[in-house]
Order: sequence, then C-alpha cells, then structure tokens
Amino acid sequence: MSSPVTGSTLDPAPTPARRPAAGRRSFRPSVPTLLRIVLVVVVAILPIYLDQSFMQTGLFAMAAILGAIGLTILTGSAGQLSLAHAFFLAIGAYGYAYFAGASGGPGSAGASGLGLPSALAMVLAVLAAGVAGLLFSPISGRLRGIYLGVASLSLVFIGSFALENFTSITGGFNGRAIPDLSMFGFTFADSNPPLTVLNVPYGRFERLWYLSLVLVILGYVFAKNVLRGRPGRAMQTMRDSEVAAAVMGVNVRLTKAGAFVLSSMYAGLAGVLLSLVFTHVVPDYFNLALSVSYLAMVVIGGLGSVGGAALGAVFVSVLPQLLTRYSSSLPFVAQPGSGGYDPGVVSSLLYGVVVIVVVVFAPGGLAGLSRRLTVRRRQRPTASDPTSVPQV
Amino acid sequence: MTRFLDLLVGGISLGFIYALIALGFVIVFKATEVVNFAHGSFLVLGGYVTARAHDHMPFIPAVLLGLAAAGLAALIVERLFVHRITAGNVNALAIMTIGVDIVLITELTRRFGSNVLNLGDPWGNKLLHVGALSIPQSRAAAIVVAAVLIGAFFAAFRYSSWGVAMRANAEDGEAAALMGIRRGRVTATAWVVAGVLAAVAAIFLTAFPSPGLDASVRDTALRAFPAAILGGLDSTGGAVLGGLAIGLAESLTAGYNVTLAGGSLGDVMPYLVMLLVLLVRPSGLLGTKELSRV
Repeated sequence: MSSPVTGSTLDPAPTPARRPAAGRRSFRPSVPTLLRIVLVVVVAILPIYLDQSFMQTGLFAMAAILGAIGLTILTGSAGQLSLAHAFFLAIGAYGYAYFAGASGGPGSAGASGLGLPSALAMVLAVLAAGVAGLLFSPISGRLRGIYLGVASLSLVFIGSFALENFTSITGGFNGRAIPDLSMFGFTFADSNPPLTVLNVPYGRFERLWYLSLVLVILGYVFAKNVLRGRPGRAMQTMRDSEVAAAVMGVNVRLTKAGAFVLSSMYAGLAGVLLSLVFTHVVPDYFNLALSVSYLAMVVIGGLGSVGGAALGAVFVSVLPQLLTRYSSSLPFVAQPGSGGYDPGVVSSLLYGVVVIVVVVFAPGGLAGLSRRLTVRRRQRPTASDPTSVPQV
Repeated sequence: MTRFLDLLVGGISLGFIYALIALGFVIVFKATEVVNFAHGSFLVLGGYVTARAHDHMPFIPAVLLGLAAAGLAALIVERLFVHRITAGNVNALAIMTIGVDIVLITELTRRFGSNVLNLGDPWGNKLLHVGALSIPQSRAAAIVVAAVLIGAFFAAFRYSSWGVAMRANAEDGEAAALMGIRRGRVTATAWVVAGVLAAVAAIFLTAFPSPGLDASVRDTALRAFPAAILGGLDSTGGAVLGGLAIGLAESLTAGYNVTLAGGSLGDVMPYLVMLLVLLVRPSGLLGTKELSRV
C-alpha cells in the first residue's frame, strides 16, 4: 500500500456524508454494505434456480466459509499457523452425530449416541470442538508460531487414528449416519413438513441452504466484531510482536489459547453443517489434505481478512465442481477416473499454484487486491484498517 | 530378547532414515528460516525418478538421477520463490511450501495411479545374519549409508568453508553478508543438500520391509517432522537424536503391537512422542530457547 502518512495528515475532517446530521439519525448505508445486502438477497433466491449438485456445492462452500473464517482468525490475525483444522471439523461432525444419534439406530454401524434433541446436539458439538481446542492449549499457548504449525499436524494424524478406532463413537472406518436436524418442529430434511416455494419443492438442501446462510451471516458479523474489538487488537499485536503485546498488558498465553478455541469452534460449526449435507461421515474425509485446503482458502482470500476468507472458501470449494461440470468443453481436462488431468487433479494443481502465486506476488490475497483497487480509484489512501492484512 | 534386539535394530535403522529427512528439514530451516512442508514431496519425487529411471539403466545411475531430480526441485523452489521473499515472515514461507507440496504431490499421485513402484534396490528381501539376529540387508545398508552421510555432513558443517558460511549465515545473516559470505549461494546449497538427503531416504524408506513407493510414502516421510521438532528445529544434532527417538518409538510400538481401542499405535507414536516432549520443552530437546530482552 502507498504511504498512509501523507494521506491521513493532509486529509480534511471526515466528510459530512458519513456523519448523521445532529439530532436526527438517518441510516445511509455505504456502497459496500449495499453490495453485501444485494449479495445476501441473491444467495437467498438461488435455491429456486440451482440444480441439486450445485446446491450441494453451495452448501459445502457455505460450511467452508465458516471454517475458513475460524482459520483466518487464528492464522491471519493471531499469526498461529495451524494444520489441525480438519481435526476440529471432525469433532464438530462426529460430535453432532454422537449427541443427536440414537444408540444402534439405522446406519450407525453399531455406534452409540445420546439421542439428544438435534438443535441442542448442534450447540454441544460446537462446544465440544471448543473444548478440544482448549485441551490443546497447554501446547498451543506455549509454542512459537512455526513450532505450532508442525505440532498441530499431529492432531490430524491422532484424530484420524481415533476416528478409525474408537468405533463405539465414530462407527469406525465406514463412518456413521448423521441424524436430521430439527428445530421447533421444523425438520431440515426432505419432508416433515413438506414445503414448496414457487413450485420448487424445498427439500433437504434448500432448507439447509437458509440455515447455512443465517449461520454464515452471524459468523461473519461476529468475526468482524471480534477482530475490530479488544480481543482482535490483542491478537494482532501479539502476531506482530509477542514482547510488545505483553508489555501492553496482553496476556499472550491466554490470547493464543483463546484464538485457538474460537477458531476450533468455527471449525466445529462448519463440521456440523458439512455432516448435515453429507448425511453420512467417514474418517477418510478429515485428512491432512482437508486442513491444507482450508489453509489454501485463507491464503488465497488474504490472511486475516474475514471477507477474503469467505471468497477463498468459495473459490476452493466451487472450482472442482465447475471443472467437473464443464470438463467436456474444456481442452486438456480429462474425464474423471481416466488417470489423466481430471477435474479433481486440475483443481488441486490450480489452487496449489494460486497459493504460491498469492504468497509470492500478492501477499494480501483477494482481499488485498480489492483493497488496492479501491485505493487507486479513490486516488487517496484510506485510513488504516484495523483488520488489515499482515505483511506476509 | 532376540525379538527386542530385532526391533531395536529395526528402530535404529528407521531412525537413521528419519534422521536423514529431519536433517534436511533442519538445514533448510537454519539457512532460510523456512519450515519446508514440501520436503515429503521432494522425497517422493526423488524416489519416483529413481524408479522410472531404473527401467532403463542400472540401479546406481538411476539413484544418481533421483538425487539430482530432488536436488534440482529444491533448488528451483529456493531460487524462484524463497529467494524472493526472504524478508517476509516465516508463516508466509511455510504456507508457500505447502502450495508447492500440493502441486508436487497431486501430480505424483496422478502419475502413480494405483501402482506401487519398486526402486530396484540390489538388496531385495535378503537377510543378514548376525549371531541370532537376522536383519534385512536393506536395513543394514540404511544404517551404514545414513551414518556415513550424516558423519560427512557434520564434518563438512564443522570444518569446510561451506559449513562455516552456513553457520555464520544462520547465526546472523546480515553480518555474514557483510563479511563477504554469498548468502544466496549458501542458502541454495542448503536446499539442494536437503533435497538430496530426502532422495537418499526415499531409497531406504521404500526398500524391503516396506511395500514400495507410492504417494502414501509422503505420510511416512512426514513422520520425520516430529523428529525435527522434537530435537529442536535449529539443531542438526537434535535432528539425528529426534530421528532415532522417533524411529525407536515407532518400531517398538509396532513390534510389540501396542494398541489402543483395537488400533495399532505405531503410526501415531511419533506424533504422541512429539506432543509429550513439547509439553515439557516447547523448543525441543536441543533447540535454542528464544529469549527476549526488553
């Protein structure tokens, strides 16, 4: 970014447009806010038009947004590299299955469950992910950044060991079925009650779509506020210099552990949503590659930026689907399973390359690029943004 | 007792292999402050080139080609990417290597398909009988080769001018540059040496008791990361110590079939050991503690 100093000293007082007239509070949303509202409306209308496979991809993308927001708080704002995200997603997914599932129910593969109301189970699953993050805090609170990165690797492997072997909870290698979510007599599944909107039958995906949308909006606003507030400032100071943070009165250990817990709760929520879309979870899914793909999302979006994490999550989740759909019309993309460059391989290669390119050439990621564009258009540097991207 | 000795020798040889990998990891970290998550893929790449080259030539030239390929890959990554962002923070560089890892392992996995490749090593499944012990020849070779390489590395690190330059650079890069040390050359060699050591490890990691080379070997190679962390990321001696500790722990756990809830703990033992050590010593056994003066 160009020097903010000249801009801020020469800047006149804040423009009146931003300040409501004294005595009368008028709501005049800024352009970005309007764009966000339009985006939400568009996403809310989409289920009427999209087919099932795109609905599923969209749901994955929304779950991924929540997970990526969690990771960008931890890795971007607090500066703690974590490869354990898949582990916390798994805790969310399996936690929900365990709390809501009935013992010996259909598809449970002999796994037991507590049979709690599913809405309560969802909350408990998110809390369980948070507790798992807390249990890791004796380690996460003490290690320096890069040591934590490798130490968190262990959680993925220990996690997949646990998922395959603690069969009474996880159902073992073949996984276990996920019970439907129901709230206030409304079930997020294909029936009960049947629902048709504008001649489009609203089944599982359509219903989960709105649930996810609400959760994404809440998660987004919450993360924005956390990062803008005192804890966010503490995390960013700690990222830039632990010593300086400690001198300013930030409890470094507590902040690190807190960032870890918050991020794992986001991951837990994402895990619950993913499991609801899958309807059946298997240990194989929660592997190192999943952790790496979440890291790719936050890096592509721009480390530390909540909006960027959302963009990155959409990019990484939707890319394979788009390539699969249009593989026949794209040159050099082979059919799946042919051993050539099938859509899965191409999208992995692409996002690997994008990660490298972003780190080397555009450290701010997508969020940084859009910020740079706005700055250029306004021909003056904006006031420094507290959630700005770290120098990567 | 024989069983214990068998496992002990097996663990030591596995430990030496891990030590080779961990050493590369540590050298790269010392030279450029990068935690190289692509190290496992370099290893698989070296193995892959060796295996493919062996179809056309004897074992030794094939191995040399494999070593060259892994070294070259490391050199390219260093020159193209790491070199450009040395001033950046460590996390960014680590994430960049994760990007490299995604690209390499995706392409290699695609090439492997469902095949398990044989590197064509000369030891096959022959056994070496020492007293009551019978050790696979490949394991014995691993111990000898790794010990020689590690010894040579430590000698070079201590006495050669390259080693002095390496250590000076790790101590204080700027001062080293002012003293006339060509940092670019030092860091590039460090990456090449790391790549070559990984490719050597690939040969032994895929030889007889193991089934062969496929993309899952990378996960085995990843177990050298705990070794490096447990010894201390910036300590070459620690890498060897950590490698041996991890190798022994894995071999003994797998050999005595220590299980938890019905699953063998052998594969996760390295990570458990690492977590335990980190609880007590957050910067590893021999790593430098970071002190900050205010």
